[in-house]
Amino acid sequence: MSESILDAKNVTMNFGGLRALNDVSMTIRQGEIVALIGPNGAGKTTFFNCVTGVYPPSAGTISITPPGKSPEVINNLLPHVVTEKGLARTFQNIRLFQNMTVLENVMIGRHARLKAGILGAILRDGSTREEEQKVIHDSYEILKKIELEKYVNELAKNLPYGAQRLLEIARALATEPFLLLLDEPAAGMNPKETGHLDDLIVRIRDTEKVSIFLIEHDMSLVMRVSERIYVVDYGQLIAEGTPAEIKRNPVVIKAYLGEEVNA
Amino acid sequence: MNKLIPELKKSFVTALWFAFLTFPILVIKVNTVRNSILWRWGNLAAVFVLTMALSYVWRRLLEKRARGERLFDLSGLVPAKLRGIELKSVFAQKKNSRAALAVLLALAVLFPFVAGMYQTNIVTTALMYVILGLGLNIVIGLGGLLQLGYAAFYAVGAYTYGILNTRFGLSFWIALPLGAVLATIFGIILGFPVLRLKGDYLAIVTLGFAEICRIVLENWNDFSSGPSGISQIDRPPFFGIKLSVPQSAIYLYLITLALVVVTVFIVRRLENSRLGRAWEAMREDAVASEAMGVNLTIAKLSAFALGAFWAGMVGVLFAAKTTFINPASFTLMESVLILCIIVLGGMGSTAGVIVGALVIILLPEYLRAFTQYRMLLYGSILVLMMVFRPGGIIRKVRKSYVFKADGQVEGAGHE
Ligand SMILES: Nc1ncnc2c1ncn2[C@@H]1O[C@H](COP(=O)(O)OP(=O)(O)OP(=O)(O)O)[C@@H](O)[C@H]1O
Ligand SMILES: [Mg+2]
Repeated sequence: MSESILDAKNVTMNFGGLRALNDVSMTIRQGEIVALIGPNGAGKTTFFNCVTGVYPPSAGTISITPPGKSPEVINNLLPHVVTEKGLARTFQNIRLFQNMTVLENVMIGRHARLKAGILGAILRDGSTREEEQKVIHDSYEILKKIELEKYVNELAKNLPYGAQRLLEIARALATEPFLLLLDEPAAGMNPKETGHLDDLIVRIRDTEKVSIFLIEHDMSLVMRVSERIYVVDYGQLIAEGTPAEIKRNPVVIKAYLGEEVNA
Repeated sequence: MNKLIPELKKSFVTALWFAFLTFPILVIKVNTVRNSILWRWGNLAAVFVLTMALSYVWRRLLEKRARGERLFDLSGLVPAKLRGIELKSVFAQKKNSRAALAVLLALAVLFPFVAGMYQTNIVTTALMYVILGLGLNIVIGLGGLLQLGYAAFYAVGAYTYGILNTRFGLSFWIALPLGAVLATIFGIILGFPVLRLKGDYLAIVTLGFAEICRIVLENWNDFSSGPSGISQIDRPPFFGIKLSVPQSAIYLYLITLALVVVTVFIVRRLENSRLGRAWEAMREDAVASEAMGVNLTIAKLSAFALGAFWAGMVGVLFAAKTTFINPASFTLMESVLILCIIVLGGMGSTAGVIVGALVIILLPEYLRAFTQYRMLLYGSILVLMMVFRPGGIIRKVRKSYVFKADGQVEGAGHE
């Protein structure tokens, strides 16, 4: 078994009186595709927000072990630092840079991997110019991988819904993560697009060497792509296991899946 | 045409209502000396007909806009020979746009030698607002930070030169960078406390900050001479030679023009850089930009600092131009005026801001011929612009790229 890259131990998150996460522990290992499922309001997005630094958890520790590096705690880091360390995410409610082009959206994803500062921008010296050329080129290559290159100069807001979801993934990939957190990437997609997403998720894992942590309500997608599944309900972790185990788990069925899985 | 009758009916009602509202002021005229009333029914008829026509045209235009048609088709005015040529594609070629810019610049340089001192002075003022607009555009247009206290940084520059010149004889050329740097420092000082604020809250705090600065200037007599201000500030000398007033007007014009060119150059470069992209990402979605690795603290502070830099510089220019400054020049209205320039010209668009500044500053000057209707006309033009072209006069064109099979990339737009 390969080593863990994300370790969340006893994470609790309170919003005032509301306990959105209660003593949740999860582990992601190198190269895995793991799903996080649970009914609406279970605390899935909140967990992602804690991991990516949007909220510091009220209790517990979150640590990462980037491949080839030593473990470190990321509890109180700001989101952009977490991104620099190699975690990238997409948003459940699409948060693209609407009035910027598709290419520019991906170029922003490269931000943490570039160096140019104010002086470099004004003087536009050799290294800055080279870097700019490279970021345009690299961003285009990423778009090609996600098959969005035909939209390259389009404003993000003019893209079809499914393409916007894909652009979120492209943008996140541009940050060169070792772990990609996808928050409901299939929401609003039609069955054909979802089928395509299946392949894409597996392909990203295989070719980009990123592990994937996925929140999703589309059970068929979850069952097809994930190797392990965590289930949360009311902020509690109620089950963990392979898709086959989760399908059979009575607690899960009772809490959430019910007829959906058997259908 | 079956829609004509109801449309006319609507206009009729509008006109009736308007005539009713304006009745007391436009029709009744009381002569208090002779204790008689003059009924000016002619006015009523004029108001009625005019509003009816205007309301009809207005609604037609709104309809047209809703259908996404062009409001005024000007293609008939273009000579037949040129019709096939898209103006945009002509200027899209670097060579052509460079040549056009060079001609424009040459004309701008020659302008003060041809025009009189009055013209030179008002255009200098307009050019100063171009720089102010471009500076504030970094903060609002690119960074999306609604900053309503811009005049404070303008004041910092002006008082830097005013005080240091009158008390210590500091020269214009030293004060120019010094004022800019001091304003930048002020920008950063204001930046820290407002890092966590956004939108309306940010607007209110920056507004408050500017008012504090102004009130301090008004009351701290020993420092700033209070409301009476600082007078007899030196005009910039020409290599040590004191210039006459008309000469110095031309000289200041040329300095300002040069600074406009420098500003445009730098702002364009910033815009198309890693930092510029970060600003725009922050404007579009702060949470997402942070998740993409943008350090919001740096992005915000740098936007505030660079915006303030230009304001400080123009402040020095302003003090040198008017030779007299007092706190009344740096009120909230000043900040609002600069904001208007950006909004009217086109948020985030450099060309738009330049045109916006020229329109907003020069229009009232050239409308002076219409004396009493000047502000009315000016206001109507602004309102019309915002209704029919809410994106501003010149909207920002995003850079687009053509990727060739052999890995070559061609950029277009923007330049
Ligand atoms: N910033 C916040 N402040 C207060 N309460 C919050 C906040 N964010 C989330 N919550 C609450 O925490 C709970 C969990 O929300 P969360 O968004 O994590 O659910 P979810 O599992 O992602 O649900 P969904 O499937 O609908 O996306 C909800 O009750 C929600 O209202
Ligand atoms: Mg959610």
